[in-house]
Amino acid sequence: MNLPITWNDVLALGPIAVVFGGTLLLVVLESIVRKASPLMFWVTVGVLAVAAGCALATIGVAGTAFGGTVLTGGYASYFALVFSAGALLVTLLSPAYLLKRATAFTEYYILLLAAVTGMMVMAASNDLVVFFLGLETMSVAFYVLAGFTRQSVTSNESAMKYFLLGAFATGFLLYGMALVYGTLGSTSIAMLRSSAAAHAGEPLFLVGLGLLLVGFVFKVAAVPFHMWVPDVYEGAPTMVSGLMSTGGKSAAFAAFLLVFGADVLQSAAPIREVMAVLAALSMIVGNILAISQTSVKRMLAYSSVAHAGYILTGVIAANADGANGVMFYLLAYTLMNVGAFGVLSILETASVENVRIDDLAGLSRTRPWLAGLMALFMFSLTGIPPFAGFFGKYYVFTGAIGAGYTWLAIVGVIMSVVSAYYYLRLVVVMYFQEGSPDQVGTATGIGLASLVLPAIALLALGLLPSTIVNLTMQCF
Amino acid sequence: MEQYIPIAIMILIGVVAGVVFANINRFLGPHKPTEEKLSTYESGMEPVRTARERFSVKFYLVAMLFIVFDIEIVFLYPWAVVFRQLAPAGIIGMIVFLVILVIGLIYEWRKGGMDWR
Amino acid sequence: MSVPLPYYLALSAVLFTIGVVGVLVRRNVIVVFMAIELMLNSVNLTLVAFSSFLGDVTGQALVFFVMAVAAAEAAVGLAIVIAVYRNKPTVHLDDINILKW
Repeated sequence: MNLPITWNDVLALGPIAVVFGGTLLLVVLESIVRKASPLMFWVTVGVLAVAAGCALATIGVAGTAFGGTVLTGGYASYFALVFSAGALLVTLLSPAYLLKRATAFTEYYILLLAAVTGMMVMAASNDLVVFFLGLETMSVAFYVLAGFTRQSVTSNESAMKYFLLGAFATGFLLYGMALVYGTLGSTSIAMLRSSAAAHAGEPLFLVGLGLLLVGFVFKVAAVPFHMWVPDVYEGAPTMVSGLMSTGGKSAAFAAFLLVFGADVLQSAAPIREVMAVLAALSMIVGNILAISQTSVKRMLAYSSVAHAGYILTGVIAANADGANGVMFYLLAYTLMNVGAFGVLSILETASVENVRIDDLAGLSRTRPWLAGLMALFMFSLTGIPPFAGFFGKYYVFTGAIGAGYTWLAIVGVIMSVVSAYYYLRLVVVMYFQEGSPDQVGTATGIGLASLVLPAIALLALGLLPSTIVNLTMQCF
Repeated sequence: MEQYIPIAIMILIGVVAGVVFANINRFLGPHKPTEEKLSTYESGMEPVRTARERFSVKFYLVAMLFIVFDIEIVFLYPWAVVFRQLAPAGIIGMIVFLVILVIGLIYEWRKGGMDWR
Repeated sequence: MSVPLPYYLALSAVLFTIGVVGVLVRRNVIVVFMAIELMLNSVNLTLVAFSSFLGDVTGQALVFFVMAVAAAEAAVGLAIVIAVYRNKPTVHLDDINILKW
């Protein structure tokens, strides 16, 4: 038996190897060094920076490794870049936040890197087994992170709900995998895409795809499996919610796009129709429920459901525009949502765990920088032109129209207008309402810097979207 | 059937050794029973009680650690069956796997997961 | 060798359904948790049946991973139950509902 593992395979893993090595290093450091808090923080920052560099370096050369079960370079590297950028910002914002919540345990960084490892594996999976392992590495780390502020009952509850529903969804996903494996005789995702047309008539195959869809829809937080989102995002530590809503969602969409590729969707028409309906419902339900929220975190949670709908539109389009749109959108969404949660994490204090929208009244006078950054992230989330959020939506909807899903694009545009109501209301409250938000925290230098960075990136992406689109074009 | 003969011999040796060691003390050891010695537990505990008791939380910790480290054996068994064919990549892979496990064990140890207090 | 594939599939489908119903109906965290494990094990049965039917070992390899991951999930799940219990002594899901569900 000839085992197809060579050094080249190991080297080809690049960013995954760096982040996983970093995770192990942190576990060792945690075991042998006493009071390692600053050390652990800087090692995490260093590991994520190296991983991002590694991803940038390998983005031009796409291939597979480990006998075709893992994708390297190209698509995988692009997403590795997205995850490391998001996680880096989250890491930079975390120490101050954890101190406020009196949970400055250094295990936080271990779990964070473990979650990022899982995300990267998901985006690099060319085999359902590999995808499953990546998903669980990420999810298990997130279950713990959600309950990380363990003195807080809301955080406990958030972890419990996320865990039970996440494990429930994993069951569906696995059952789908088992049925797909049974009809194809293989767990290879490449094989799934190439032979989908030949098996499209088999009921067992369609049921398997449907169950996979249930699992995916749960993981990307789209309707009808979105009920956990607001509770989990509200209860979990704010920066963890930031990472869950960006990295977690991006990883799930990266794998979604791989499994439900163009060939699969074109041959399994009923599945595609169901997905289109779910995408429309996500946009409608997410946006309408977001309007009535008073807590900023819950509003962002429902808006994240809506964004899952927009991105799903790009997956359904199943053409180059749609796929590019999804990839671009996820980068932009990661930057703007981490930014929004980052501002929240700074505004929270030890006593005010849950910032309400009214708490922000008059913020533009007391914290002009934070208010300005928050406004910028809100504009980008709405999809107002000079920012990256606009181009994400533009590509995704262009893809949908190109694939004949004009009605979906119309729903998307209308719902974007609806979303402007609650995003811009936040801006109005910050700038035009009287109030004295003395109950809010102040930013540290490092915190402010890690909010300015994504803001600049969003503006740059909005002005020069072609730089990223040229990159994503190469991935297919 | 011939390849099963070594297994049959193994089973035979196992059964004989077990039976011999379990019964050898009857012939070699002194035999002076008292009431205290015959009761189930001698360390001052009532031998028969209700089983519906609460367990200390520390048992959960041990149980969780046990589950995690126990199940990893599931990968060692299939590996052990084919490791000759997998060499050397299979051996390196398993060494990497075990190193990762040992790192987990070191962490658990240093964090006091095994302190029985 | 005489048991045909559909029997295995039907059995695992029934087990999976029992698991799903268990998750949806029961309100005790530990029982819900056991129902989830039942779902995962019914998947294992499907995988092993297909693996034997197709004469391909990938399914069995996946079963190993499912078992290992289920163990990791069980450990984390129990840890979360304990964490909740320390703050609020209950394992009843309706009592763990401050955030509106």
